Amino acid sequence: MSPVIPLHPAAEGGCTSAPVLRERGQREVFCGLTGIVWLHRKIQDAFFLVVGSRTCAHLLQSAAGVMIFAEPRFATAIIDERDLAGLADAQDELDRVVRQLLSRRPEIKLLFLVGSCPSEVIKLDLSRAAQRLSQRLVAEGQPDVRVLNYSGSGIETTFTQGEDACLASLVPELPAAPATAAAVPQVMIVGTLADVVEDQFRRLFTAMGAGEVVFFPPRRAGELPPVGPNTRLLLAQPFLADTARALEARGAQRLVAPFPLGAEGTEAWLRTAAQALAVPDDRIERAIAPARARAQQALAAPRRLLEGKRIFFFPDSQLELPLARFLARELGMVLTEVGTPYLHRAHMAAELALLPAGITLSEGQDVERQLDRCRALQPDLVVCGLGLANPLEAEGLTTKWAIELVFSPIQGFEQAGDLAELFARPLRRRQKLAA
Amino acid sequence: MQLTLWTYEGPPHVGAMRIAAAMSDVHYVLHAPQGDTYADLLFTMIQRSDRRPPVTYTTFQARDLGGDTAELFKTAARDAVERFRPAALLVGASCTAELIQDDPGGLAQALNLDLPVVALELPSYQRKENWGAAETFYQLVRALCPAPAAGAARPPRAAGQRPRCNLLGATALGFRHRDDVTEVMHLLAELGVDVNVCAPLGASVADLRRLGEADFNVLLYPEIAETAATWLKRHHGQPHTTVVPIGMGATREFVAEVAALAGLDASAVLGESGARSPWYARSVDSTYLTGKRVFVFGDASHAIAAARVAARELGFEVVGLGTYSREFARGVRDAARSYGLEALISDDYLEVEAAITAAQPELVLGTQMERHIAKRLGIPCAVISAPVHVQDFPARYSPQMGLEGANVLFDTWVHPLMMGLEEHLLTMFKGDVEFHEDAAPSHLPQTNRPQARPQAATPAPEPATPEPEGDGDVAVAPPLPQAQAQAQAQVPPQITVPTEARWDTEAERELKKIPFFVRGKARRNTERFALEQGLSTITVETLYDAKAHFSR
Repeated sequence: MSPVIPLHPAAEGGCTSAPVLRERGQREVFCGLTGIVWLHRKIQDAFFLVVGSRTCAHLLQSAAGVMIFAEPRFATAIIDERDLAGLADAQDELDRVVRQLLSRRPEIKLLFLVGSCPSEVIKLDLSRAAQRLSQRLVAEGQPDVRVLNYSGSGIETTFTQGEDACLASLVPELPAAPATAAAVPQVMIVGTLADVVEDQFRRLFTAMGAGEVVFFPPRRAGELPPVGPNTRLLLAQPFLADTARALEARGAQRLVAPFPLGAEGTEAWLRTAAQALAVPDDRIERAIAPARARAQQALAAPRRLLEGKRIFFFPDSQLELPLARFLARELGMVLTEVGTPYLHRAHMAAELALLPAGITLSEGQDVERQLDRCRALQPDLVVCGLGLANPLEAEGLTTKWAIELVFSPIQGFEQAGDLAELFARPLRRRQKLAA
Repeated sequence: MQLTLWTYEGPPHVGAMRIAAAMSDVHYVLHAPQGDTYADLLFTMIQRSDRRPPVTYTTFQARDLGGDTAELFKTAARDAVERFRPAALLVGASCTAELIQDDPGGLAQALNLDLPVVALELPSYQRKENWGAAETFYQLVRALCPAPAAGAARPPRAAGQRPRCNLLGATALGFRHRDDVTEVMHLLAELGVDVNVCAPLGASVADLRRLGEADFNVLLYPEIAETAATWLKRHHGQPHTTVVPIGMGATREFVAEVAALAGLDASAVLGESGARSPWYARSVDSTYLTGKRVFVFGDASHAIAAARVAARELGFEVVGLGTYSREFARGVRDAARSYGLEALISDDYLEVEAAITAAQPELVLGTQMERHIAKRLGIPCAVISAPVHVQDFPARYSPQMGLEGANVLFDTWVHPLMMGLEEHLLTMFKGDVEFHEDAAPSHLPQTNRPQARPQAATPAPEPATPEPEGDGDVAVAPPLPQAQAQAQAQVPPQITVPTEARWDTEAERELKKIPFFVRGKARRNTERFALEQGLSTITVETLYDAKAHFSR
């Protein structure tokens, strides 16, 4: 077996210039608030206070499951009539709620005020509130609590874009890296990864003898990585357009790579980082070869089941294109329609080039029409949200919940087999139940 | 603004969805931004519904706000009618759309659709889910079953015609509504009463038009259907039942009430052949249930009913009673007074947690929220009310109402408790390594699962709904020492009486032999006693003196 998988673009130039079906209608996707469900676990001393309605609170608890064992590090300040009628000054009310919260949770070091649809529509100025609260906390002798704000509203953000907005709001807080010409470049990995995945990548970079690699967001609010002209930013998640732009504005240079899904994607992604740190190819190869071999081995069994099977993606997390590339190239699946809520051509350039030509790429959603297309195609596997999965199963289609792809560690060599298994399991289950 | 960690009820438009999803041919066009579609998964995942709820969301975005969101609504409504061909259309706004004031009702009217359109005004910033369901059902009934012309008297029932009633209040996503309906229908059939229409669950628009044909209404869930039932009483002259048949006593009263409304003699009917719970409660094994301290919280109807069953049919002591249904607080206050309690009327999860902690019950009968609280406090819990969880939709038949319902209550409430003799043995042999107070009851699985998931498993491993727990519909707190330590660390500070008295080592050790769920109380009482007696040291003697003092 060749140690290097040739990264030739798919035949006929892939999907680089493929047309995109843009749709506008009912969207069966979460809003950006949902990102809180994983972000509050990632940054262990951060708290997310949604300023919104009962709907926001209900969404969060429904998306997170009612059964989080520990008290969650998120809550909702529910706007009521009095706030709307102007009987209560919303800014005063917010101060009161934040005070109540911080006295209950003194361990909080970073508080995000998260805007919602209602707070955006009534133009509640959360940036002013965040600034005022930060200053007041300093004056009151709590200088180590930072208050920031971002919007996770459904009128502005779709699902994973909530993380983008959150991280973008953190970028101005990053310390400046020294900008001496002699300084060696530093690679910043951007996007929430499961801690276990982050640790694996860290070990691989250490094995390569790669210089400085930092992760953003950090696990604790006090560990924000520095950024500057020597920073090379490498996205670990495909939905971070605003964050990348904000980091670039602070001098970081974006590295272009496919996302670290599957053996092929992970290898290309790791090589991109390592090359930016001037690690010689043979050292990269030595460091990654064992893990890559394990990944390729783990893919063999699911491939036997998935090869030739037709898959359809409803839009969900913006992970759809990289996932489709992995399934097509490493598992031999046949792509029908690949829907994504938002297609960022620049960030997806490497992925588009690798995708097989001739598939339907769709952006946005009109759920009824997309369901019509899906039913007409009768794919072997449908990737969709929780609102659609059971009804489609009842119609006889086999589905994979998209949200599991966001809430599970799927990146990197060691997870490649697990990722494939997520797609193989529904098919295997159907076989078992039919038998 | 109210700081909220968890909420007992969703917004009112979710209540409207529960009505639409319960019926067979109603469609709901909801003016709402992207993201509000999360509500679909409540139905498809929690209830495992095999069809999407009949709701179309307009999905407006920020960039539409300056433009024509009204046009967006009209297009969505027109398309929905064409695609789904419903027999009636509900139109309304979610919380955000309420702020942009597009008037869905007026817009829908302007479309001149050839079907009944019911416009819903559900104030999201004042009201909640159950109110929204009640209002929606009431508006549908009013629109589809208008009052007969003034003076038109209700024709008397034809000779030989069996009495007919409607069954009102069961919805989609209701706590055991599916099975309650079956059980109550069975009960009515035995009584010789026909069911004219069951609504909204399973009803069509044509069914709602026939509501007036019944002689009376059976009001199953007052939170959902009282508004409609009151209107039907006033305008169609249909009286309705007032007793919710949960528990044996209430079921007997319900049968008597139905018989009176139907003009039947019920004395022979309720043979109670299927009723095992009264005998089970009398059997000697149940002696250990006597005086168990139980805390009850839920929607008003279920909480009142549960307290009654607990106190009168199982011999528990009700030490707390409350509801999140503010609209129905009065009944809960009255009920609480009859147990010598002050009712807890709150939708603040933290307040409920504090009340449970302070009451130190041995069993919690609550919602999924209280189950969560009880887990942390290490107290057994059974779920009696919405808000619902996937486990509240069991595959088996499991009603709360009627005779079988009473049997189900007996099983699900008693199951999480320690069996009588086992409890005695535990008290006798506290020091045994395997047989200690933190051991779970032997008939339950040993749950050694950690309380909090490891942080290493981020990002957020909690799945959206089904939690593989294997607990069935009762939650048994894993009695890990860690669970209690955590609970103590997280509960609000307990009310302690300031005391000078110091516990000596032996007294501390003795205190540990007292069952953990009353230990806090024993400690407080002893300290209070010591303070009253002016003692500086608490010895084993003081502990037992205090026990004697307070048990007088």
